[in-house]
Amino acid sequence: MPALIIRRIIQSVLVMLTVAVVAFTLFRYVGDPVSQMVGQETTIAEREQLREDLGLNDPIIVQFVRFALNTVQGKFGISFRLGRPVNELFAERLPATLELSLVAALFSLVVGIPMGVYTGLYPDRVLSKVFQTISLIGISLPTFLIGILLILFFGVLLSWLPTFGRGDVIQLGWWSTGLLTASGLKAVVMPAFTLGMFQLTLIMRLVRSEMMEVLRTDYIKFARARGLTNRTVHFGHALKNTLVPVITITGLQLGSIIAFAIITETVFQWPGMGLLFLQSIQFADVPVMSTYLILIAFFFVVINLIVDILYHVVDPRLRFDKSVVLGH
Amino acid sequence: MKSVLRIQDTVYRFFDSDIWYSFKKSKVTIAAACVTVIMILSAFTAPWIAPHNTFDPATLDLMDAFTPPVWYEDGTPKFLLGTDDQGRDIFSTILYGSRISLFVAFASMLLAMILGVTLGLVSGYLGGAIESIIMRIADVQISFPAILIVLLISGLARSVLPNVRHEEMAVWVLIFAIGISNWVHFARTVRGSTMVEKNMEYVQSARVIGRRRATIMFRHILPNVMGPVLVIGTIGLAVAVLTEATISFLGVGVPPTEPSLGTLIRIGQSFLFAGEWWIVIFPGVALVILVLAVNLLGDWMRDALNPKLR
Repeated sequence: MPALIIRRIIQSVLVMLTVAVVAFTLFRYVGDPVSQMVGQETTIAEREQLREDLGLNDPIIVQFVRFALNTVQGKFGISFRLGRPVNELFAERLPATLELSLVAALFSLVVGIPMGVYTGLYPDRVLSKVFQTISLIGISLPTFLIGILLILFFGVLLSWLPTFGRGDVIQLGWWSTGLLTASGLKAVVMPAFTLGMFQLTLIMRLVRSEMMEVLRTDYIKFARARGLTNRTVHFGHALKNTLVPVITITGLQLGSIIAFAIITETVFQWPGMGLLFLQSIQFADVPVMSTYLILIAFFFVVINLIVDILYHVVDPRLRFDKSVVLGH
Repeated sequence: MKSVLRIQDTVYRFFDSDIWYSFKKSKVTIAAACVTVIMILSAFTAPWIAPHNTFDPATLDLMDAFTPPVWYEDGTPKFLLGTDDQGRDIFSTILYGSRISLFVAFASMLLAMILGVTLGLVSGYLGGAIESIIMRIADVQISFPAILIVLLISGLARSVLPNVRHEEMAVWVLIFAIGISNWVHFARTVRGSTMVEKNMEYVQSARVIGRRRATIMFRHILPNVMGPVLVIGTIGLAVAVLTEATISFLGVGVPPTEPSLGTLIRIGQSFLFAGEWWIVIFPGVALVILVLAVNLLGDWMRDALNPKLR
């Protein structure tokens, strides 16, 4: 197990290094940093001086190491478009995206697992058919269209829910939360539903097929033969064993939730990192782009690592070395 | 004469095959195939069948702007599904829009297919360091969502290309980006099948008679691994249509001068609050029907071509 973790960590570091090289290449070679920073009337000598001051004449390796060190310390440079330090911008936007993603993930778990269990236990009931249809719609409708339909019905026609923004936020230290105010809670409903819909479908289908698989196994039959109640068999024995793949998928999906938040944030004008990233693409704001890239890659790598380790903690079958089990 | 007989034979064999039988048996698949063919045909013949040419400003009249669909009191049969803010007929913009959407999707899928199949064949057949490098890149790429990769490439293109060039290059940038984001599935599948095929006798005999490696890969192995490639290609087409629509909806894809379905939805979104729902809903419906039909076709193909499931 430790060997595996070390191997996974080395792999993760390699991925991060690759991403850092891409981000650095972006940062350094796409567009001239100097001409982005100075005005028209700056002389060539002044430009050369600035170039020297910024260290742009140093060997590439030195520049890359400096970039990497700065990145690790959270110094990401200054946004071309907004003229403010990039780390400030991201610190402002991070809570919005994380709150939205967590609410969406929670929603998809809390609704998706029971729906999956129900359709797995009673595949022929009418309600199961309804759930199946919902999941088919969830997979075929593109995210942004779900958002637009929600806005049309609940925002424009019924005017129950706000159609854009986060509502009122409360400042807790550097973290701004919208989950403690009524308007903030109202504002999060539609974006979280939109973002969570696809994951919900995924989780429901997964739990359903796993449940149906597990219910056929011998230990379930034995549990029933022992006279245990349906409730114990279904939830104590069957559901527990379906949770391993659910944990993996949910964990891995957390990264894509954060990435797909770009779309949801655009539809609902949610002031998060995704919206910031999208605007940076439209305005070719390279520092923001490369920072987003690094941050997202970091999220992905860390989540993958945690999921891998959790996997081994949850499933005892994976914990034993094969040689030990076989008695070599 | 001989060739006519051969064609007849092929046609006869096709109608006698399991695939045609399973196609005939599934009503959903027939419906999906019909819808797909109709949508593709009407998209590519848009200049001839569309009631209005939406690219010709001379035919537009601002007085027609925001006409509702025909079943409303203010609607006219001239504009079946209503008009947008510039008085463009929604039905015609959908036809022209799906033309651009499908063009981008087909082209990018083709790029992904060529790239993925080639890399998959090479890494499966040659093995060794080349294989490790290609497959590690594939592993890393697949752990990031495709949409992020597409966004990043179009962002890069925006910063490298000057603004003027960017408008006209946008479609090609998008095709390139979506193609790059999709090659991994092809490569993985083809690599797997190639590794099985390369130990078969026909490959060994081809090697013994001294055929070149490239010939063996592309003339001998390739035809035998194409089945799954077609399935992935069909589902990949649906994914490409969706990706294009999403990117254009986000405003970094096809420019508004040549609107695709996604761009139309983006434009229409701003009129939602005024109650002009038809500008956004109809392109959305067209998009969903197209994606759903292609997806159903792909599902059927996967079942029909996979003997293990039968």
